[in-house]
Amino acid sequence: MLRILSQALRTGLATEPAPSTDDAELAEIGVALQRRIDARVGRSLALRQVDAGSCNGCELEIHALNNPYYDLERFGVHFVASPRHADALLVTGPISRHMEAALRRTWRAMPAPKWVIAAGDCACNGGEFGCSYACRGSVDQVLPVDVSVPGCPPTPLDFLRALLAALSMPER
Amino acid sequence: MIDEIHMKPFDWLSEYRERLDDEGRLVRDADHQGLTPARRLRLEAEDWGAAARIAAAMGLRHAGVFADPPDLAPPAQTSTLPDDEEPTITLRAVLEQQGDYLVLETQVPLALPELPSQTPWYPGLDRLERHAQDLVGVRFTDHPHPHRWTRHQAWREGRFPLRADFPLAGEDQRRTQADRDYPFEALTGDGVYQIPVGPVHAGIIEPGHFRFHAEGETVLQLEARLGYVHKGIERLAVGRDAVGLARLAGRISGDSTVAHTWAACQALERASGCEVPARALVLRGLLCERERVANHIGDIGAICNDVGMAFIHMQCARLREDWQRASQAHFGHRLLMDRIIPGGVAVDLDAAAVATLRAEHEAMRRAIAPIFAIVDELPSLADRLLTTGHLQTKDARTLGCTGYVAKASGLGFDLRRDAPYPPYDALAVEVPVQQEGDVAARVRMRMHEVRQSLNLMDELLRRLPDGPIAAELPAASAGAIGLGLVEGWRGEVLAFVRFRNDGRIARYFARDPSWFTWPALERLIHGNIVPDFPVCNKSVNASYSGQDL
Repeated sequence: MLRILSQALRTGLATEPAPSTDDAELAEIGVALQRRIDARVGRSLALRQVDAGSCNGCELEIHALNNPYYDLERFGVHFVASPRHADALLVTGPISRHMEAALRRTWRAMPAPKWVIAAGDCACNGGEFGCSYACRGSVDQVLPVDVSVPGCPPTPLDFLRALLAALSMPER
Repeated sequence: MIDEIHMKPFDWLSEYRERLDDEGRLVRDADHQGLTPARRLRLEAEDWGAAARIAAAMGLRHAGVFADPPDLAPPAQTSTLPDDEEPTITLRAVLEQQGDYLVLETQVPLALPELPSQTPWYPGLDRLERHAQDLVGVRFTDHPHPHRWTRHQAWREGRFPLRADFPLAGEDQRRTQADRDYPFEALTGDGVYQIPVGPVHAGIIEPGHFRFHAEGETVLQLEARLGYVHKGIERLAVGRDAVGLARLAGRISGDSTVAHTWAACQALERASGCEVPARALVLRGLLCERERVANHIGDIGAICNDVGMAFIHMQCARLREDWQRASQAHFGHRLLMDRIIPGGVAVDLDAAAVATLRAEHEAMRRAIAPIFAIVDELPSLADRLLTTGHLQTKDARTLGCTGYVAKASGLGFDLRRDAPYPPYDALAVEVPVQQEGDVAARVRMRMHEVRQSLNLMDELLRRLPDGPIAAELPAASAGAIGLGLVEGWRGEVLAFVRFRNDGRIARYFARDPSWFTWPALERLIHGNIVPDFPVCNKSVNASYSGQDL
């Protein structure tokens, strides 16, 4: 226990701001994001992530959003386990046909506003895989997409910008 | 015919051939043309099962089987057979012992593609054979579980996406239905119940279905149903050029992008006779060790998180982020995608970067020391991780596991030591093993590998030669084949490549180590409580995408 306390004390606060070029940008995007969430949702924003054929590169970067540097929850965004609790669906991958039905069902289970974010090149335009016997080729072939986040994979900051964009969309 | 001088002594090959001979099995020839460093034996299809039985009796490890159908297009010119011969499907099986590789090869007619299964002697091949059955249409006559594996509802039974008559776009553009009627093995008894999980899981994780049979809290049986992220990678590879293939290989499993790209490039380079510059090889080693460190640190944290130890998780997540930012700064990509290219690498390091990297390695060593000490000794972690998810040595061996899963169960195979490819041929890579086979042993293995990789990277930086970082990839001859073998962070990554006559790819197969660690998970979970599944799963961390292809 002593060692844990000592390690915790030595580590200090890793959450940015910390010496990094991304600092100002992260703080700026984060604050803007929090304002939009307050205005649009009036509580924290619940995200449900579905991998529909990703190579798992996007998942690694989405995981990074929860690390102490980005600490997504401080901006009022958190990932939920059930689509029934989710405001937005974060979809990765070129929509493998084997995941098509599961993705549709996940979306159907969500309450409005049902925002859909296509995350990564594959979800946006098929990426390296495209359209084939095995893949639909992009999220918009299957679901209405509100925001696209290109990148292979998108960086954590790209994801934050996309969330901000999603919340800045006019009401449907 | 046999080019002995380039080969190190192959102690077991002559005995294997003798045993085949004793049974009257016809071996047509043995060479290693195109499949360096492996040797090749051609067999009759009817002897395919017997060859596996003899190999298993000799204790050889099976590293996978894959089918190579006739070319998609243009069929006539690219065929390596005379026009009047009937089209065939080639099957290749890879065996290994003491770091020596042997490729068994046989052919079956496309019109009647049947041969005995090797699964009865190598249960780890179960799903690889069914993958060949679903995509190429090979029938394994005595397969114990002959039902579909990779195929769900995206294409019809009796149609095969890697055959020439199957359109790339597929044959049915309607919505793909959810999979149904998959014959899960049923277990019945008083108080036995099923828990179906997935394909969509609760966390940020890849999709797959797990069917548990449990009694009370105890798992009696686990059956995984994968294939949800099947992307048709093998079909998409056909017709690509070398650069395009390397990009595709880099997306077989994002967390192993370096290992898969390296293995694919090795296969391409061996098939075309490319001499990769020494500096590029050292940089490749550096990239691969960086990938190992990133994944192990992230996973050690995630394993602790799965037993409620969020502190370690956050500490490791912090270090992983530092590491990925350094990867971006030095190599231009946080996950190191597309840094390896056919013929070399895409990025170079200057002297300043080499010095910075050394300092970063030292900083990481200091940063992990107190964290790993806590993981090693904290009683509450020991309580959850010791004896949990025990994989027996014999199961790890029978299934063909490699990497930390095998090493934690007493099997000390590591390509970097046992079949070293440059730059590892000049380094001393020690491969300690753990005998316990539980989650704690896999965590200890991973902590060891992090420390070892940091040392190896320093050694590689010391040996970084001057010179170019890439060479031109020579044009490959029609039908040239190559095998790539790389020790990725999960274990042995294998890649096979065959060229067409126009310099493009006719066949690419990548075998991630996850093919063998998924069945290991099904075995090691037996007798554990259901709530320990996440930590058992994370300690193995097989790739869904790497297996589904």
